[in-house]
Amino acid sequence: MKFERYGIGIAKGMALTFRHLFRSPITVQYPDEKLVISRRTRGNELVWFPLSCTGCATCAKACPQGNIIVQTHRGGESKFIVDKFELDTGRCMFCGLCVESCPYNALAMGLSYECAKYRRGDLVMNKEQLSVCPDRQPSAYSRPQFEDSLPEQSLLLYDRAVGGQKLTFLPWSKRKRGPGA
Amino acid sequence: MTLLDQFQLMLKGLDWPEWAVYLTPAIVGILLIIVFVLTIVIVFIWWERRLISRIQIRLGPNRCGPEGIFQPIATAVKILLKEDIVPDKADKLIHFIAPITVFVPILLIFAVMPFDQGAILVDLNVGIIYVIAISSISVIGIFMAAWGSGNKYSYIAGMRSIAQMVSYEIPVVLAIVGIALVAGSFSMLRIVEAQSIPFILLQPLGFLIFFLGSLAEMNRSPFDLLEADSEIVAGYHIEYSGMKFAMFYLGEYGVALAYAGIITTLFLGGWQGILLPPVLWFVIKIMLVFSVIVWMRATLPRMRVDQLMSFAWKFLLPMAVINLLLVAAEVLVLPAGMLWVMVLINFAMAAVLILLWSRLFTLGGGRVEV
Repeated sequence: MKFERYGIGIAKGMALTFRHLFRSPITVQYPDEKLVISRRTRGNELVWFPLSCTGCATCAKACPQGNIIVQTHRGGESKFIVDKFELDTGRCMFCGLCVESCPYNALAMGLSYECAKYRRGDLVMNKEQLSVCPDRQPSAYSRPQFEDSLPEQSLLLYDRAVGGQKLTFLPWSKRKRGPGA
Repeated sequence: MTLLDQFQLMLKGLDWPEWAVYLTPAIVGILLIIVFVLTIVIVFIWWERRLISRIQIRLGPNRCGPEGIFQPIATAVKILLKEDIVPDKADKLIHFIAPITVFVPILLIFAVMPFDQGAILVDLNVGIIYVIAISSISVIGIFMAAWGSGNKYSYIAGMRSIAQMVSYEIPVVLAIVGIALVAGSFSMLRIVEAQSIPFILLQPLGFLIFFLGSLAEMNRSPFDLLEADSEIVAGYHIEYSGMKFAMFYLGEYGVALAYAGIITTLFLGGWQGILLPPVLWFVIKIMLVFSVIVWMRATLPRMRVDQLMSFAWKFLLPMAVINLLLVAAEVLVLPAGMLWVMVLINFAMAAVLILLWSRLFTLGGGRVEV
């Protein structure tokens, strides 16, 4: 005589959900907390290095959209001086071909991703806006030399802060902070 | 003598006119009940959302007010501002009356809910029978809503509601009779006073039957076939919006509150407890019962219609009858002081019965899946 279906499965399930009650929540409350994204992400904007750029316009030729506008004039010592380097991020599809094609590593995909604008005109980035600065770090997409300097990706914000999926009873509120917050 | 009776006597002593002496305590009592129900319902909605999201490793609403406590109020405001839509095919009058028919009986249940020794609106000597009678009326309201909406999904929900309520009423009532046998009274106050040890210990099987049956009565998961969102969208309140929907929403949590209160009264010793004031104990126990209900909602999948029926008729009903006979025999045979012997016997019998009766849920000796 086998005793089956007397409710032990229900009890097991209830025990499982009860254990889940004490796990830390997986929600990332976005504007307050931010995850560290992948180091090789194709972020929202390109990053341009003015010193390395020779104005050869290979990127403009590689661009399938014809998005990049490069204007130069002849400077001294047979060098080009870049007058205009413009990119319409509204039409950019972040394929990364410009970055891959650049012979002088003067262009990189960006790490930032919060680049929404209120006007379409604002989406057109000029030379100054594209230049590298503390707010606009290059990602390591096709540029492995940047990889070591970038923070490691974390899908769980409090992973290192609390110690993984331990059964810790976190405060219930939005107080949790971690790397990248 | 209840607190309201004392209040009435005090008013009479102050030489108030006859009608005022009669009306004032009643109005005060009704207002207190309504305020209590609305407050606890708001806390319930918030608590359910927070608790279920914690079980699902989410955070739940935590933006509106400290820890999101004002979220239900924001939800209520949003619902009240919605347009009130009545479908063309609806039976207008029935469609209008149904939410009231669902909500009012639930408020009426609280008339006999003992919050404290004297804190009860009316101490009916048939209190628990009154609760059974009144709570059955909401079923008619649900059926009115289902029929009056003129929607095929709500028809399905209406049919399911009648089948479910009729089936689960019987084991619930039989479990209550067992309680009344031990307590020796139908009055809610007497039942609480009779619990020197909580009746959940004295009648574990009765508690199980009553708890599961009342889960079905209040349409909570895993018995929420009436509003099974994935099958029949929202069931009987599919065509409701605005204030009328708010009544259903309120009724849904109100009936959860009412049944949590009844379970507390019948099985968990009501207001009795140490150190804290009795009303607080009552609310704590209600929250505890409701948390278990939410926990079950987070765990168990919805039952199929045939499973629901077979669970009621093949499991709960025979168990309730056996439990009733057992309790009756024990009350008759055992001397008064032997409560703990009764506890032991009942726990053993509950385990054995559940194990034996689980055989009924297999067909052909377990070779065929049900």
